[in-house]
Amino acid sequence: MFEVFGIPSTALFGQLLLGLINGSFYALLSLGLAVIFGMLNIINFAHGAQYMLGAFAAYLLLQYSGLGYWWALLIAPIVVGAIGIVIERCFLQWLYKLDHLYGLLLTFGLALIIEGVFRNFFGSSGLPYSVPPTLQGAQNLGFMYLPIYRGWVIVFSLVVCLATWFVIERTRLGAYLRAATENPTLVRAFGINVPRLITLTYGFGVALAALAGVMAAPIYNVSPQMGANLIIVVFAVVVIGGMGSIMGAIVTGFGLGVIEGLTKVFFPEASNTVIFIVMAIVLLIRPAGLFGRAV
Amino acid sequence: MQHLADQKGAGPVRSYSEAIAFAIMLAALIVAPMLVYPVFLMKALCFALFACAFNLLIGYGGLLSFGHALFFGWGAYLAAHLAKVGKLTLPYWFGSWQWLTIPLPPLPPELAILGGTLFAALLGLIVGALAIRRQGIYFAMITLALAQMMFFFAIQAPFTHGEDGIQAVPRGKLFGLVDLADPTNMYVFVLVIFLACFLLIYRIINSPFGEVLKAIRENETRAISLGYKTERYKLVAFVLSATFAGVAGATKSLVFQLASLTDVDWPMSGEVILMTLVGGLGTLFGPVAGAFFMVTLENYLTQIGQWVFVVQGVIFVVCVLLFRRGMIGELAKVLRVKL
Repeated sequence: MFEVFGIPSTALFGQLLLGLINGSFYALLSLGLAVIFGMLNIINFAHGAQYMLGAFAAYLLLQYSGLGYWWALLIAPIVVGAIGIVIERCFLQWLYKLDHLYGLLLTFGLALIIEGVFRNFFGSSGLPYSVPPTLQGAQNLGFMYLPIYRGWVIVFSLVVCLATWFVIERTRLGAYLRAATENPTLVRAFGINVPRLITLTYGFGVALAALAGVMAAPIYNVSPQMGANLIIVVFAVVVIGGMGSIMGAIVTGFGLGVIEGLTKVFFPEASNTVIFIVMAIVLLIRPAGLFGRAV
Repeated sequence: MQHLADQKGAGPVRSYSEAIAFAIMLAALIVAPMLVYPVFLMKALCFALFACAFNLLIGYGGLLSFGHALFFGWGAYLAAHLAKVGKLTLPYWFGSWQWLTIPLPPLPPELAILGGTLFAALLGLIVGALAIRRQGIYFAMITLALAQMMFFFAIQAPFTHGEDGIQAVPRGKLFGLVDLADPTNMYVFVLVIFLACFLLIYRIINSPFGEVLKAIRENETRAISLGYKTERYKLVAFVLSATFAGVAGATKSLVFQLASLTDVDWPMSGEVILMTLVGGLGTLFGPVAGAFFMVTLENYLTQIGQWVFVVQGVIFVVCVLLFRRGMIGELAKVLRVKL
């Protein structure tokens, strides 16, 4: 036990860890938002609801078919991603020629529906979801105790983020995606099925949100409104980072999580608002966002 | 926002259509308290004004604010506080944090509403100056984020009384003469505020300023190339919209004698968007019709509790997919007039 700036090291590193965990969710969600916005030109307001769906999928899989965390980690993103594909085919595909605002309004409506339905069936109080047995316990690192599950969340989400970056920036499929973002008509002329690419992109972004939801289930309770407040913070993260760069979204997500964690230690009153304050400062100094190109 | 201009091209514009519609609305609002519960009407009028204020920004400036509850809610908080307590304490930094106390008595209703309105205008200036630095979709996200920040502030600030809100706000006596505790007096007071603001908004929309605003909505780049400082126009529009939203919130706090967290939370921002969308974006009477429609609907839906959000969501989806002109917009198209 030692102290840093008069704060016991366990408290400091504990909050830092929590900040990194929040940061990994910010990163996963803002990554999904950025990928979806790039292809569909739609800000997916339902992203928070889809994150919540991921957590509920994990909970329901355990309750009704006895499938545990590891299965949920695989199945939930696929199921929720499939729901996303249905949403894209039924609703979003009619909006691409309209103003951006309509996409935001439609997905806002979808978020209200999804969250409202779940609140009616599961109530507002959280449902518990336990940490999988293999990841229980904690490791003593000397300066703090690291709960193994929390370490796993940070490492795994970092891996997922970097894998996404790799796919988009370094593979042939990613090259198609980036090309279709720049000029869909030209890419279609080369014989690539752009509408299907768009559908799959939306499904993938939604699946990322669901994956984050499954990982969040053992840390926070599973509750219908778990995504509603998170999505607003993620919007602020997206404004700070700018949606132009995948790596930018990852770095901003983790960075803001850490800032939030540190604020909880040194100035707890502002911990809810610090990300919004950072957003205001970034808007004053670099209006295009840290990694954004000027619009 | 091309489609918003649709109705103008829908046919020959009869210049009297708006005057006739206004006369019908006025007559309906004068007769209504004999048929309908006045508090319900006053609620609908406050939301109608809120929606008109929001429409000024999106319908004529093309700016979607997702944080208008901020101005409505804080207008309500400040008006309620001024009417009930009066005393203002502000923190300031002078070597260390100090409290500056302005010893005000509880204020009469007209000054309380004025105070709430001015505060909303100030917030509008700050939020607007930040938000117009980015365009389009970012604008919506920034306003939402800043509104959420002020929501957390409303939870923590002592004078808002957290979850309880400011309760039992006295309606007081207007100019020291008219007792607003009487429902009829209160209704007339709210109606006069609503009509004055409605006409003022009409005047703004049809002024040279309003024309420039519409030009910015249609093509901002061209407006810039014509020499207009579009950022200033957008900021003024934002402040005006926030101010009217503040009037609506302040009036609402006196009607219900309550200012609470519901007024500043994001579902309220969603609701005003929905009202405007249902009535018709960019139409003069659309927000009023939309507000009355939604308030009536919610009145009937109170029994079903949480399903209200689901119903709202369904209306959002239906409006965006099938019904983008809204009620008044469709009506104007059928009648081939401007409403």
